[in-house]
Amino acid sequence: MENTITTSSDHAAQSNAAKPGPPLWLLAELTYRCPLHCVFCFNPVNFANVEKELDTENWLRVLKEARALGSVQCGFSGGEPLLRDDLETLVSEAHKLGYYTNLLTSGVGLTETRAKALKDAGLDHIQLSFQDSTKELNDFLSHTKTFDLKHKVAKIIADHEFPMVLNCVIHRLNIDYIDKIIEMAIELGAECLELANTQFYSWAKVNQEHLLPTREQLVSAEAITNRYREKYADKIRIIFVVPDYYETRPKKCMNGWGNVFLTINPEGKALPCHTASMLPGLDFPSVKDHSINDIWYESEGFNRFRGDAWMKEPCRSCPEKENDLGGCRCQAYMIAGDPAAADPVCDKSPDHHKIQAYVEKAQQPQDKQMTESPLVFRDPKSSRKLDEEGIVF
Amino acid sequence: MSSDTNTTFSTSDIAAVAKPYRLQYEEAQESWVLLYPEGMVKLNGPAGEILKRCDGEKTIDAVIRELEKDFEQKGLEKDVMGFLDIALEKRWINLTTPSS
Ligand code: SF4
Ligand code: SF4
Repeated sequence: MENTITTSSDHAAQSNAAKPGPPLWLLAELTYRCPLHCVFCFNPVNFANVEKELDTENWLRVLKEARALGSVQCGFSGGEPLLRDDLETLVSEAHKLGYYTNLLTSGVGLTETRAKALKDAGLDHIQLSFQDSTKELNDFLSHTKTFDLKHKVAKIIADHEFPMVLNCVIHRLNIDYIDKIIEMAIELGAECLELANTQFYSWAKVNQEHLLPTREQLVSAEAITNRYREKYADKIRIIFVVPDYYETRPKKCMNGWGNVFLTINPEGKALPCHTASMLPGLDFPSVKDHSINDIWYESEGFNRFRGDAWMKEPCRSCPEKENDLGGCRCQAYMIAGDPAAADPVCDKSPDHHKIQAYVEKAQQPQDKQMTESPLVFRDPKSSRKLDEEGIVF
Repeated sequence: MSSDTNTTFSTSDIAAVAKPYRLQYEEAQESWVLLYPEGMVKLNGPAGEILKRCDGEKTIDAVIRELEKDFEQKGLEKDVMGFLDIALEKRWINLTTPSS
């Protein structure tokens, strides 16, 4: 699932000398398996290389060790986490340990029986995502099948009194239907709707030219969202996340590297964010070989970009560096070719012109592009093919 | 110090932490926190002391008296009502008026 995770703690960015705070947020990516094929999927492009998933015993130990360090929010995601049949066991343990437990799901597989079992296990919250759930994009846009499924699942969620957050990834191909998406969310009784514009990593990066909206689309979608926000202020909270290519300052990625977020991927690799495995020259430890304490406080991978000592110009001497800590390391690597560079979203970055070029290109009609290089759907076959071609995103 | 006349509720009401928030003490942060879907609010000392007493049974008046006793202080009503007013606005708590 797409994670748009927010932690409104007053946890300040760590200075270099101070011991980092605890990994408040634990994201357990239980599997890369998924019945869906989203063109913006954030799982690594080479996900199909992971053959052996971390077993139940190891996950239980991870939950315990992270909780002992101070983790308090726990997200179960994937792939589709419901494909793990030990999900209830893991949720139950997380609940007993005192975590606030979140399930990030497409809803596929959330039956009445499983919803009840998860409730009994102590699950606190379900984030349901709208996805392009079939290979026919039209199906999503006309949202017949999607709507039926979400309707059924939303009812199950409501019947079991889970708070419901709906997440919909927004992009060039569905942004013009944003009013319909909002209306659907209201009708389904969601308390919160996250309209998360695609950020360009992993599969979304492969499909970037199909997915980056025009400026006009974006402005109009935001205006529509604001209208609904006002009209339904008591009913639903709507969060609208702008694609950062349209910004001139980067996001403070993951609220700071190794600052609050700890992701464990399906094979047990510990990462500061779910895309960090693409970064070259960084050795991220596996929970199979190391304790969470050693991983979080001692490992090279987690310490590498903590604080600001690693920065180069223009970030090093930038008066704004505390605001964004130089942005996203993966974006710096993907676009500027150096994980320690400024995030090229920043207009002070010498590579900012590349972002501008993407944005300019997006203003043109893309019909030709559609036929020249078709959308790549996320599935194991494409994954292996892209991996052979050496695409790393 | 008398009670704040701007508040829309009275000390005879009963406050409780509202769904989907969950209040708990976090050793690692040495503070009370409110947890909610995918988020957390770290409470300062007084806020934590007030909220943990809002158990859905005691009246606000009883909460104030308990705080005054436990912290050996007087005149906390204004501070408590002020905080609860903010908490209500943020939907951290809900209030009920006891019948009778
Ligand atoms: S394919 Fe879609 S539903 Fe499956 S993990 Fe990727 S984004 Fe989530
Ligand atoms: S130069 Fe670096 S630190 Fe300054 S605003 Fe840009 S990305 Fe942030």
